[in-house]
Amino acid sequence: MGRLQLSDLPRLARRYPLVFIGGGLLTLLIILALAAPLYAGDPVNINPFKRLQPPSAEMWFGSDNLGRDVFARTIFGARISLMVGLLSAACAALAGLLIGVIAGYSRSFDNVVMRIMDGLMSIPTILLAIALISLTGPGIGILIVAIAIPETPAVARLVRSVVLGVRQRPYVEAALCGGARLPKVLWRHILPSTVPALMVQGATVCASAILTEAGLSFLGVGVPPEIPSWGNMIASSRLYLAIAPLTIFAPGICLAVTVLAVNLLGDGLRDMFDPRSKRRR
Amino acid sequence: MNGPLLKVENLTKHYPLGSGIFKKSIPVIRAVEDVSFSVEAGETLCIVGESGCGKSTVARLLMRLVEPTAGRVLIDGTDIAGLKKDALHAWRRRMQMVFQDPYSSLNPRLTAAQIITEPVENFERLGRNQRQALAADLLRKVGMSPEMTHRLPSELSGGQRQRLGIARALSLNPSLIIADEAVSALDVSVQAQILNLLLDLQQQMGIAFVFISHDLGVVEHIGHRVAVMYLGRIVELAPCEALFAKPVHPYTEALLAAAPVPDPTRIRLQVPVDGEMPSPINPPNGCAFHPRCPLAVERCRIEVPPLVPMADGRIVACHVRAPATELSAPPIANRALAQIDSIS
Repeated sequence: MGRLQLSDLPRLARRYPLVFIGGGLLTLLIILALAAPLYAGDPVNINPFKRLQPPSAEMWFGSDNLGRDVFARTIFGARISLMVGLLSAACAALAGLLIGVIAGYSRSFDNVVMRIMDGLMSIPTILLAIALISLTGPGIGILIVAIAIPETPAVARLVRSVVLGVRQRPYVEAALCGGARLPKVLWRHILPSTVPALMVQGATVCASAILTEAGLSFLGVGVPPEIPSWGNMIASSRLYLAIAPLTIFAPGICLAVTVLAVNLLGDGLRDMFDPRSKRRR
Repeated sequence: MNGPLLKVENLTKHYPLGSGIFKKSIPVIRAVEDVSFSVEAGETLCIVGESGCGKSTVARLLMRLVEPTAGRVLIDGTDIAGLKKDALHAWRRRMQMVFQDPYSSLNPRLTAAQIITEPVENFERLGRNQRQALAADLLRKVGMSPEMTHRLPSELSGGQRQRLGIARALSLNPSLIIADEAVSALDVSVQAQILNLLLDLQQQMGIAFVFISHDLGVVEHIGHRVAVMYLGRIVELAPCEALFAKPVHPYTEALLAAAPVPDPTRIRLQVPVDGEMPSPINPPNGCAFHPRCPLAVERCRIEVPPLVPMADGRIVACHVRAPATELSAPPIANRALAQIDSIS
């Protein structure tokens, strides 16, 4: 039943090209980011004598205004972007799933919590994140939470709508008639239906979280300035665009490619999970 | 066997329209109004009526998919309408339901084996081999090949899917199966196969059926007794042959007259009934059928007709055709119930 084998890969790749392009790109980025210490130089080493150098054998993308290696900073910056993006998306998806499922099943909870969610949704993401960060001071952990919270209502709303639709289906009623208890009904008949929507929404949230992180770091409220991130690289290099364009283009293009990869993956997953296109073997 | 398998007393379901925190009185949909009947072991009771008459709500009330507003549902003398969720769990084994739509009533993500063994696994733990054996056995019972166990619903035909639905209902060895329009979504040829399967199962296993349908041909084929519903109430409850031979209630008459009969020699009754069923939010006073009834008299507009027992073992609610004897009439429901017991 549905077990995947290595020999199935080419066929699956042809069937769901988006998943493979997006997933492949994302995997490549993650590997490059994780293996950064093995091949990239020191991202924080300041060298005042080598400021704003053009690309060379030593520093592939040249150096920035403090003489730091742009290539190393871009690669190490990927760690932050990917980590914050994936973890915020995971947090938002989990919280949204929990709230959405309970709201879909309990009227009183639904009335109270979904109004709070509506309120959260009306506040711009960056503004809410800045407000949350200013309560505790900067840090990676709070950054992830601050990005996840504004993304949660959209996920919760989506999951709730799926649950409300599915709980009316005759097969859910049939399960109840067969003596299934609520936890089992939720686990076996309702949660699987939320997975496709959750995956697609998760990818969207992830892409937007990466952008939010870059935006927050650009504004100086994201990751602490000593940690390289695509956002604060672009921020600190924007004055030198004409002299050393790579200092801005390297992180900028990486950001664009990462977000594209995540979005492609999301679209591909949506096609894959659609039960109408599901086939065995 | 003492007492009927299933006994329904004064079952009522009102759906409130909107929530009424601030409003004094909320309008309600009177989906089911004071319905009483009983079913013996191994018997088929059919419930017929046009769309919206409350017959599906009765099925859902029996399974307690919705909570009744009033009334009792007794299985072997125990009122399951009043049971707490935990106590209800054990009674789920006794009665099972077959759904109308064989497409949406099967989870598209589960295999045939998973679908039909799930009810049993709600009650006991099954090993891998036991599950396989059970699935194969159930499939054989409903006339499917055991090789189908790994198929998904999307890989099966409508008839095969409905067989799966029946296999799922059979898995707990219930004494009663409620079939809500179980064949109306199927082709006529497949309908016949499924009906014959149900009849076979009834003979082999002694299962009682509550068979809900709008198709009088099907009802005539499989029913032992037939209850005719109109706007949430039973208007006539009669043995099958008697009902089809001579309907008493004018609504039953109209219903039979409207059904196509594949027999040109059979004389069709001419009962002019026009208009639509009134809204259950605001049902007419008196007999609910009086605005469309050709026989309606003044009394029908004022007084709800009680279910009155007739000589041939049927009960009918009609002032004209089955006038109640005036002297010391007991409350409607009690008398009807007494009559149900005596004819079943």
